[in-house]
Amino acid sequence: MKRLWWIFFLMIWPVLAVIVSLLTPQLQWGFPLSGQSDSPLGGEIDHLFYLILIITGVVFVGTHIALGYVIWTASNRPGDRRAWYTHGNHKLEMTWTIIPGLILLFLAFYQMRTWAEFRMEEAYPEAAKQNIVAEVNARQFEWRIRYPAPGKELQRKPQLDDMYGVNELHVPAGSPVTIHLRTIDVQHSFFLPTMRIKQDAVPGLVIPVWFEASEPGEYPLVCAELCGWGHYKMGAKVVAHPPEEFDEFMKKMHQAQFNDGFAAE
Amino acid sequence: MTSETPAHPDHSTDETHSHQAHGHRQSFITKYIFSTDHKVIGIQFLFTTIFLLLIGGAFALAIRWQLAFPNTQMPFVNKAFFEASGGQITPEFYTMLFTMHGTVMVFLVIIPILAGAFGNFLIPLMIGAPDMAFPKLNMMSYWFMWPAVACFGLSLFYEGGPAAGWTSYPILAALYDAAPGSGFAQTLWLMGITFVGVSSMMGSVNYMTTIINMRSPGMTFFRMPLTIWAMFITAILQAFALPVLTAAGLMLIADREFGTCFFVPAGITVNDAEPTVGGGQPLLWQHLFWFYSHPAVYIMLLPAMGMISDMLSCMCRKPIFGYRPMIYSMSAIAGLGFIVWGHHMFISGMNPALGMTFMVATIMIALPSAIKVFNWIGTIWGGHIEFNTVTLNSIAFVSMFIVGGLSGIFMAAVPVDIYIHDTYFIVAHFHYILFGATLFGIFACIQFWYPKMFGRMMSEPLGKLHFVLTFIGMNGTFFPMHMLGIAGMPRRYANPYLHEYLEHLLPLNQFMTYSAILMGAAQILLLINVFGSLIWGKKAPRNPWNSNGLEWVAPSPPPHGNFEEIPLVYRGPYEYSSPERTDQDYWPQTEHEIVSSSSTTTA
Ligand code: HEM
Ligand SMILES: [Cu+2]
Ligand SMILES: [Cu+2]
Repeated sequence: MKRLWWIFFLMIWPVLAVIVSLLTPQLQWGFPLSGQSDSPLGGEIDHLFYLILIITGVVFVGTHIALGYVIWTASNRPGDRRAWYTHGNHKLEMTWTIIPGLILLFLAFYQMRTWAEFRMEEAYPEAAKQNIVAEVNARQFEWRIRYPAPGKELQRKPQLDDMYGVNELHVPAGSPVTIHLRTIDVQHSFFLPTMRIKQDAVPGLVIPVWFEASEPGEYPLVCAELCGWGHYKMGAKVVAHPPEEFDEFMKKMHQAQFNDGFAAE
Repeated sequence: MTSETPAHPDHSTDETHSHQAHGHRQSFITKYIFSTDHKVIGIQFLFTTIFLLLIGGAFALAIRWQLAFPNTQMPFVNKAFFEASGGQITPEFYTMLFTMHGTVMVFLVIIPILAGAFGNFLIPLMIGAPDMAFPKLNMMSYWFMWPAVACFGLSLFYEGGPAAGWTSYPILAALYDAAPGSGFAQTLWLMGITFVGVSSMMGSVNYMTTIINMRSPGMTFFRMPLTIWAMFITAILQAFALPVLTAAGLMLIADREFGTCFFVPAGITVNDAEPTVGGGQPLLWQHLFWFYSHPAVYIMLLPAMGMISDMLSCMCRKPIFGYRPMIYSMSAIAGLGFIVWGHHMFISGMNPALGMTFMVATIMIALPSAIKVFNWIGTIWGGHIEFNTVTLNSIAFVSMFIVGGLSGIFMAAVPVDIYIHDTYFIVAHFHYILFGATLFGIFACIQFWYPKMFGRMMSEPLGKLHFVLTFIGMNGTFFPMHMLGIAGMPRRYANPYLHEYLEHLLPLNQFMTYSAILMGAAQILLLINVFGSLIWGKKAPRNPWNSNGLEWVAPSPPPHGNFEEIPLVYRGPYEYSSPERTDQDYWPQTEHEIVSSSSTTTA
C-alpha cells in the first residue's frame, strides 16, 4: 500500500502539469490579451512555440510514463527476486541517441527562417527597409521617440524639424515598419509582448527593429532588460493607426509641435 | 592502472574505530577549524552552505511577498527591516533582493555545496586516498569563502546594495551614477565574486590532481564511480572557465574605480552626469560573463548528476545502465558547454548570424542530457527499489530535470526566445534545474552520505515528510512560472501589475507565494533532521546501504587518513545483483574475485 502511495505521489504531478497546461488558455494564463499574436511575425513565433510544445509535451509524457512504469515494476519485485543484472544495451543507446538527435537537428534548422526574417538585414521584408518611422531612444525610465518631419527621412543626427514624443510610438498598421533603437544611458530592452518582439538597446549601438501591427490599436510596450530601480515602470504603448489616417496624423503632430502661437506665413 | 602507492598514515589497527584514530593528537582548533582534513573541510562547507541557503531562501520569500502583495507590509519582519519605507519593500530594495538572492544561491550555495562539501568529502574516500593532494590549499579554499561572504554582506549596507542582478551587466554595473545600487556596493560585489572564484579555483586544481594521481591501486579511470567522473569534469570546467570571469571582474572593477573604459562606450549620460569618454563595449562583459557562467550552470549540475547515478544504482540494487555512455555524455555536455554561451545573448544586439550557430549548439546540448535521462530510467528498469528518502529525492531529480531540459529547448530556439527571453519562463527553466534537480539531488546526497560523515543515520520519517512538502511547494511555486513567462511577464519587475496586460496574473502569483512559503517552512524539517540526527540519530554501521563504493569500506565516520589499509580495487562500483555472487546482492570494489560462490574473501 505504501508503495502505491509513493508511486501515486510521484506520478500525480506530471498529470496535473498536463491538465494545467491544457487549461492555460481558458484560465487566461497563456499568451497575453487576446491570446493571438498582433503581428504576422508573432504568428510565426507562436507556431514555432506550439510545435516545440507538442514535441516536448510528447517527450514529457513519454518519459514520465516510462519512469512511472519502471518504478512500478521495480517496486513490485518479490523480495527474493534479484534485480535484473545488466550493464546496458548498445542498441538502445544508439536508438535513443540517434532519434532525439535527428529531432533536435530538425528543430534547430526549422527555426532559422523566422530568425533571419526578424534580425538578418538581407531577409527583412522590403517594406520594412523603406518604412523607417522613428528613432526610439530609451533612458531611465522612459522611451523618447524622435520622428522625422512628414515627408522626410529619419537622419542619424537630430534635425531641427524632427518631432518628439514620450512613451507613445505612433506607427501605421498593416505594414512592416522599422525603428532605430538606441539608449542614452544603460541597457534597456524594447519589448512588445503582444507582437512577440524583443530587442535590447545597447549603449553605443543603433539597432534596427522591424515589426508590423496587423490591426490598428494600442499595444503595450515595456522594458525587458534590467535598467535600474524603476525598470518595472517603463510602460509605454505603440499606437497603430489605420494606414490611410497615419500621414494625416503625423502632419497634425508636426503642426502641433511647431505651433508657436502666431499665424503661419 | 595506477601504480603509485598513496602516502599512507601509520596507525595501529586497534585505534581505527575511534575518532582519535590518527597517531598525532590535534588541538580543537587544528582539528575542527583550521583543519586540513578533507572530511572536516567538506563538513565545514556543508554547514556553511546550509546556513547560506537559509539566507538566500529568506531573500526569495521577500521577493515572493512583493510579487503577491505588492507594497503591503510583510508580516513579522516589516518593523525590523523596513521601518524607513513604512514597512514596504521599495523598488530599490527589491532589486537588491533579487540580486542577492541569485548571487547567494549560485555562488555561495549551489557551487560550494556540490564541489566544496560533497566533492571534498567524497573524492578521497571514493578513490581510496588518505586525503587530498594539497590539503593546505584545500583549507584555503574553504577560508577564501569567508572574505566573499564578508564582501557580499558588507555591500548590503551601502545605499541600495548591489542592484544589477546576479549577472551585473554594465553599463548599469559600471557607472556609479547608474542606480542607487551601483555605488561602492557594486565594487564590493565584484570583489566577492573574485574571492569565490579564487576559492573554487583552489578546489578545482586540487580535485584534478587528486583524481589523476591518488587513486588507490586497481582504481582505473573506468572503474571510478560516476560521482568522481562528474567531479573531475566539473573541475576541468572550472579551471578553464573561471579565469575568464576573474579577468572580467577585475576589468569591471577597473572601469568603476580607475576610470578605464573596457565596457563603457563614449558619450553615455547616466542620470544627467557628465558624458563618458568611452571606447568600450558593454557586450564584451556579456560575452566574458557567459563564457564562464554557462559552463558554471553545468558546474551546478554535473556533480549532482554523478551522485544521483551512484545513489540510484545502489537503491535499485542494479548496475548503472550504460556506464560509458554516461561518461561520454557528461564529457559532451562539458565540451559543448563551452560553445553555447551566446544563447544568453540572442537578443542582446550581438551579430545576429551568431544566433544561428549558438542555437544549433545549444539545441544539440539537449542530446547528451536526454541520454542521461534515458540511462537513469534504464537503471531503475528491472531494479529492486525501496522507497526511502534517498530514492524519492533521486527520482524527483530525474523528473524535474526532464522539465528543465525540455524548457531549455524553447529558449534555445532563437525565434521563440525573442519572446520569452527575460520573462518568467527562463526563471522557471533554471529553477526546475537548480532547485528541482540539483537541490533535490543535494537532499538525497545529505541523507545518503550523512552516516559516513557523522556516524549516525538521519531520520527516515522526517526525511520523507520534508521531501513531500518540498516537492509540493516546489512545483506549486515554479510550474506556474512557465505560464507567467508565456503571458509575457518580464522578470525583475518590482511591481508587474502596473501594466494592464499583467494585472490578471495577481491571483496566480499569490498561489505561487503560498507554495513558496510552504516550501520555505519545510526546510525547518531539514534543519531538524540534519542537526537533530547528530544527537538522536541511530548509530550507523560502516555500510548502511550495502553499497559497493570504497567510502563504505572505511569506518563511519572515517578517521584522519580514512582507511585502515590501502584499499585494493578489483572491479567497478556497480556490481549489484551479480549472478556470480549468491551470498549477497552487492559486491564491494575491494573484495577479491571469489571462485566458489559460498566463501567471501576480503582483500
Ligand atoms: C537541455 C539543456 C539546456 C538548454 C537547451 C538550455 C538552454 C538555455 C537557454 C537558451 C537559456 C537562455 C534563455 C534566455 O536568456 O532567454 C538558458 C538560461 C539559463 N539556463 Fe539553461 N539550458 C539547459 C540546461 C541548463 C542546465 C543544466 C542549467 C543549470 C544547471 C541551466 C541553467 C540556466 C540558467 C541559470 C539560465 C539563466 C541565466 C540568467 O539569465 O539568469 N540550464 N538555458
Ligand atoms: Cu528596464
Ligand atoms: Cu546557458
